Amino acid sequence: MNTVDRLSVLKTYKLYVGGKFPRSESGRVYEVTDSKGTWLANAPLASRKDARDAVVAARKAFGGWSGATAYNRGQILYRVAEMLEGRRDQFVAEVAAAEGLSKAKATAQVDAAVDRWVWYAGWSDKVAQIAGGANPVAGPYFNLSAPEPTGVVAVVAPQDSSFLGLVSVIAPAVVTGNTVVVVAAEGAPLPALSLAEVLATSDLPGGVVNILSGRTAEIAAPLAAHQDVNALDLAGAGEELAKELEVAAADNLKRVLRPAPVNWSADPGTGRLMSFLETKTVWHPMGV
Amino acid sequence: MTWRYARRYAPLVTMPITVPAYGKEAAGRLASMADVTADDGALRRFLHGLPGVDAVGLEARAATLGTRSIKTTAKAYAIDLALSMIDLTTLEGADTPGKVRALCAKGIHPDPTDRGCPQVAAICVYPDMVATAKEALGGSGIHVASVATAFPAGRAALPVKLADTRDAVAAGADEIDMVIDRGAFLSGRYMDVFEEIKAVREACARPDGSAAHLKVIFETGELQTYDNVRRVSWLAMLAGADFIKTSTGKVAVNATPPVTLLMLEAVRDFHATTGVQVGVKPAGGIRTTKDALKYLVMVNETLGEPWLTADWFRFGASSLLNDLLMQRQKLSTGRYSGPDYVTVD
Repeated sequence: MNTVDRLSVLKTYKLYVGGKFPRSESGRVYEVTDSKGTWLANAPLASRKDARDAVVAARKAFGGWSGATAYNRGQILYRVAEMLEGRRDQFVAEVAAAEGLSKAKATAQVDAAVDRWVWYAGWSDKVAQIAGGANPVAGPYFNLSAPEPTGVVAVVAPQDSSFLGLVSVIAPAVVTGNTVVVVAAEGAPLPALSLAEVLATSDLPGGVVNILSGRTAEIAAPLAAHQDVNALDLAGAGEELAKELEVAAADNLKRVLRPAPVNWSADPGTGRLMSFLETKTVWHPMGV
Repeated sequence: MTWRYARRYAPLVTMPITVPAYGKEAAGRLASMADVTADDGALRRFLHGLPGVDAVGLEARAATLGTRSIKTTAKAYAIDLALSMIDLTTLEGADTPGKVRALCAKGIHPDPTDRGCPQVAAICVYPDMVATAKEALGGSGIHVASVATAFPAGRAALPVKLADTRDAVAAGADEIDMVIDRGAFLSGRYMDVFEEIKAVREACARPDGSAAHLKVIFETGELQTYDNVRRVSWLAMLAGADFIKTSTGKVAVNATPPVTLLMLEAVRDFHATTGVQVGVKPAGGIRTTKDALKYLVMVNETLGEPWLTADWFRFGASSLLNDLLMQRQKLSTGRYSGPDYVTVD
């Protein structure tokens, strides 16, 4: 019996915008290598126009996602965790290649990422209790504060943690009802682009998470200046870039989360969760 | 070959001096075509004698013209031109005087943060809102266009349509957008359609001898074939239309690039034959700056510069204006704008 050599099927990584997988509008790609410099795959090199399209998609999805019940959002995010679990081996291999980790260490990273996703999913119907509540006022009114999502959040994903760090910045923004445009880590975008495939198959409405890969500075600049973006998470921006982006973001008073050294493996706390919320306060007559 | 040369040089030798469709001389030019509109049979023979439309070629040509890349200064010029060609339209059952006044204010200053922004060409409303719009626009120079003749279906008796038109003109409308009787056209009663357009044109006359400009809406989405669009274009122009307009915006299929291109070509041919300049207005479904620029390219390539003004080309649109403003802001500031920075209407 002959052994037939199989043709190798190489994966074409693509952007994730509005629930679809387009190539970059510019038609460009760039080479992604592992930590030793060996070629892994070509990733799309997104342009400012891809960023523009992603913001349009995120804005379109915002009404439905922010209007969904917290319970529903939690269920959908939990479903994402289920899908992540099913693709564990793929993510372990990609994380190991991207960050130069041993299989055991990469597995630990992926497990931590899935756990983190589940942890954030649980917050969907609990965040209102800790970020809002009844306020005592001097008058015959019920005075209630409730957290509302900020809107479209542009996220510069951490450069040092290609999967755990990525999950740790996406999940807290979307769980409260925001929609996000993510700029994946420039050197290690493959786990992010694979995460897109998980998101696309897990009931998450198209446009809630949009993932772009390419030169961080090139994509982040138009996002920071975009008048229809409401907040900016600079987790993965270097010091100089962060300053530039913050200046650009000031024009329409975007909420900005400045970069700070973070140990992604540690307990994340509720800091990020609370960063992209606005407080809505209502006064209601008591009727006495 | 002779025919080709004849065609190439015909304009130089025989082309009559251009006259606008709304001018006094246009009637004389149309009279030169009186033999084809003398009776039902002659009109039918003429319209059916028009060459058939090459549908594949037409669509390919329209698609090709849509691929031009217009950037930087050319884009800025085109955006301002498109802005100045908009018939800002509100044709809803829920229109209120307040809404019409708000639309007029927007037409005068489309971008309140930039006084250099050109104003729109006209405000398009139902006849009962003409007086409100006229008052709100004051001396801004923006025209008031009114739909008439039982818009959008056109299913009413002729006296009703004429009364509708006269009302709108009396209320101060500068332009009348009439709809043709598609039922009559599709069943082959071309003379009825012809006479109706003529009658409405007469109803556009004002007591002082001037007249409101007449735009004739074909509702091309209901005409089924490109051949019909070519026929109805000639029919309307022979009957004295100042503008020919694609659609009401009230049916599923509105202005498309091929249909507009076909109408532009009919206008070109009509101009070559009679010297009468007629305007074109695509309406409905044009929502983005990109679309608008494609139409401007078609006008430039088919009719040339004389038509690239608000006097001879219009966009019937409402949401297009906001997209043009956002693109305009992007060009002037370098940052993408968003729907929060234009008005909601």
